[in-house]
Amino acid sequence: MDNHAAPLVEMRDISIAFGGIRAVDGASIDLYPGEVVALLGHNGAGKSTLIKILSGAYKRDAGTILVNGEEASIANPRDAKKYGIETIYQTLALADNVDAAANLFLGREIMTPFGTLDDAAMEAKAREVMGRLNPRFQRFKEPVVKLSGGQRQSVAIARAILFDARILIMDEPTAALGPQETAQVSELVMQLKKEGIGIFLISHDIHDVFDLADRVCVMKNGRVVGTARTSDVTQDEVLGMIILGKCPPGAVPGPGAMTLAA
Amino acid sequence: MADTATGAAPDRARASEQGAVGRFLQATEIDTRMLGMVGALVLIWLGLHFLSGGLFLTPRNLWNLSVQSASIAVMATGMVLVIVTRNIDLSVGSILGFVGMIMGVLQVTILPQMAGIAQGSPALWILALLAGLGVSLLIGAFQGFLVAYLSIPAFIVTLGGLLVWRGAAWWVTSGQTVAPMNPTFRLIGGGPEGSIGAFWSWVVGLAACAAVAVLLANGRRQRRRFKFPQRPVWAEVFLGALACVLILGAVGVANSYPWPAAIVRRYAQANNLSVPDGGLFIAHGIAIPVLIAVAVGIVMTFLTNRTRFGRYVFAIGGNPEAAALAGINTRWVLLKIFALMGLLAGVAAAISTARLNAATNAQGTLDELLTIAAAVIGGTSLAGGAGTIAGAMLGALLMQSLQSGMVLLGIDTPLQNIVVGAVLVVAVWLDTLYRKRA
Ligand SMILES: Nc1ncnc2c1ncn2[C@@H]1O[C@H](COP(=O)(O)OP(=O)(O)O)[C@@H](O)[C@H]1O
Ligand SMILES: [Mg+2]
Repeated sequence: MDNHAAPLVEMRDISIAFGGIRAVDGASIDLYPGEVVALLGHNGAGKSTLIKILSGAYKRDAGTILVNGEEASIANPRDAKKYGIETIYQTLALADNVDAAANLFLGREIMTPFGTLDDAAMEAKAREVMGRLNPRFQRFKEPVVKLSGGQRQSVAIARAILFDARILIMDEPTAALGPQETAQVSELVMQLKKEGIGIFLISHDIHDVFDLADRVCVMKNGRVVGTARTSDVTQDEVLGMIILGKCPPGAVPGPGAMTLAA
Repeated sequence: MADTATGAAPDRARASEQGAVGRFLQATEIDTRMLGMVGALVLIWLGLHFLSGGLFLTPRNLWNLSVQSASIAVMATGMVLVIVTRNIDLSVGSILGFVGMIMGVLQVTILPQMAGIAQGSPALWILALLAGLGVSLLIGAFQGFLVAYLSIPAFIVTLGGLLVWRGAAWWVTSGQTVAPMNPTFRLIGGGPEGSIGAFWSWVVGLAACAAVAVLLANGRRQRRRFKFPQRPVWAEVFLGALACVLILGAVGVANSYPWPAAIVRRYAQANNLSVPDGGLFIAHGIAIPVLIAVAVGIVMTFLTNRTRFGRYVFAIGGNPEAAALAGINTRWVLLKIFALMGLLAGVAAAISTARLNAATNAQGTLDELLTIAAAVIGGTSLAGGAGTIAGAMLGALLMQSLQSGMVLLGIDTPLQNIVVGAVLVVAVWLDTLYRKRA
């Protein structure tokens, strides 16, 4: 990893408010190629909101986004995808009434030369990708609403890695998974990392991600408490950041760090 | 493709657990819901035939039924898309009335008298038709704009439209009925002249059978291309044969309904033919409005199943937020749906104005409810995300069967309304039960 080059993506001083609530308040975060950055914090800390700004789902009130060092204009999900930003949403965001292949290619369908949907080609590709992620998955003809939580999660993950993502956002990707499937996702993260993809891994549980991550970034009440290399801090110190907002010596404090009364 | 091979195994295992009927349905991939609807339609037809003392299942009545169903069937195909996206359009009956008025006034007064187009000129009916379709498209697009871009609920926008366009229909001629229509325009509405006759009906029927065969073969080729599990050959043959029997049967019925004697006499006189003693048998064949409805059904089915637009309509219906996050421009899709609905109301206006040979400001009153009922009875879920074009057209046929059956039985209008209302509620209740079980 070459930290002197421009980061793959950098979000600077991002803010957004819903009504009176400052869901994200002056947050900055960056990500380098082949790096896994864990975004941690309690439920309601603003993690999902921050990354939804990156994925184009929300419009920020303030702040800038840079991709490869250049300012990026991301106003909707289509813009984000153009920059190679793919997202696995916490809610999965699947169209429940159509099948797995239709979901994988939603918005980016394979067309025949006559300009009609090439369902057979899409299903074939879907079988290939799903076969890699979840070899036992066979229910290609059924609407995804009929699938189990884990199967739905695999569909959402497959959709994100299908189109050569350069920046992958995974918002609590293992929430619906059992231990075996969780291990599979960890393996996938390591493999994608090797391919040079930058990954934001979001979780409210530090144990899920500490071993996978190169760095952690902790949020509390919409603000960044601090950022640290996982080699420079202990799990207990990160827990202190999450719970108390206390920034340990090994971390770079952010605007949300607790200031000690002098 | 190792996984496709393993994919077939559990399918076969599941099939062996079912009875013969289950195996048959699985092999042919016939939709059980559709089967239930066809069953209901057959029951209603047999019941009405029995109650009317054998008057219902006659070529004459079935032919009339097909013509009467056409305009609602056309609008029901658009209503499917509207309801699939969790919206509603209450204005289609009023749009029909307003656009019918415009088509009528254009060809009867404005174009001949003000623009000076000669009565016999084909430009007359073509311009009137195109102008009407254009207006209906614009009305639909405007309502769609209000729904999609100004986020006004569709229920309110189209409830407003119901009043506005009905009022506008009155405004066109201050309430006066416009008649008669241009003779060529009238062909759109059916009647002896507005049918394609026995020969061309057989041609259409055979072409349709050929198309079915091509579609089945093509589907098989596609599955083979990617080594997906195939339907057994006997199932393909069965499906093809069934479709052909139904198509040719319908053509046969249309071809057994002769022109009335008076019209035959006039036709014979005009063409210097002599009418033999037993009378001359000239068959109606398929009515032009029915052909239009079938064509609309085919185009709409293609649109929903084979194009991006159709895929997005269903995705939006299933989860609007997910569709937007996938990068779909949901507002633009929504606007297009309402524009399409408007255009189809325009097509229905042409059919019903031509059939009545007049444009009245009350035309199409309550048609919005029949259209919605047809779509919903045809399996379109009011919760959004599910529905088929074929089902909605079948629903339109079912509604019209009930209505004309009751006319045949001499049942009073108020009681007719009570029956239709009750059928709608029961049908939706059955559908709810079906969806819970599925
Ligand atoms: N669409 C929204 N409308 C209003 N408030 C929202 C919306 N999305 C998030 N919030 C609020 O923003 C805060 C942060 O939420 P979120 O980003 O989902 O937290 P996290 O993902 O860290 O659990 C919460 O207080 C939440 O209620
Ligand atoms: Mg969250």
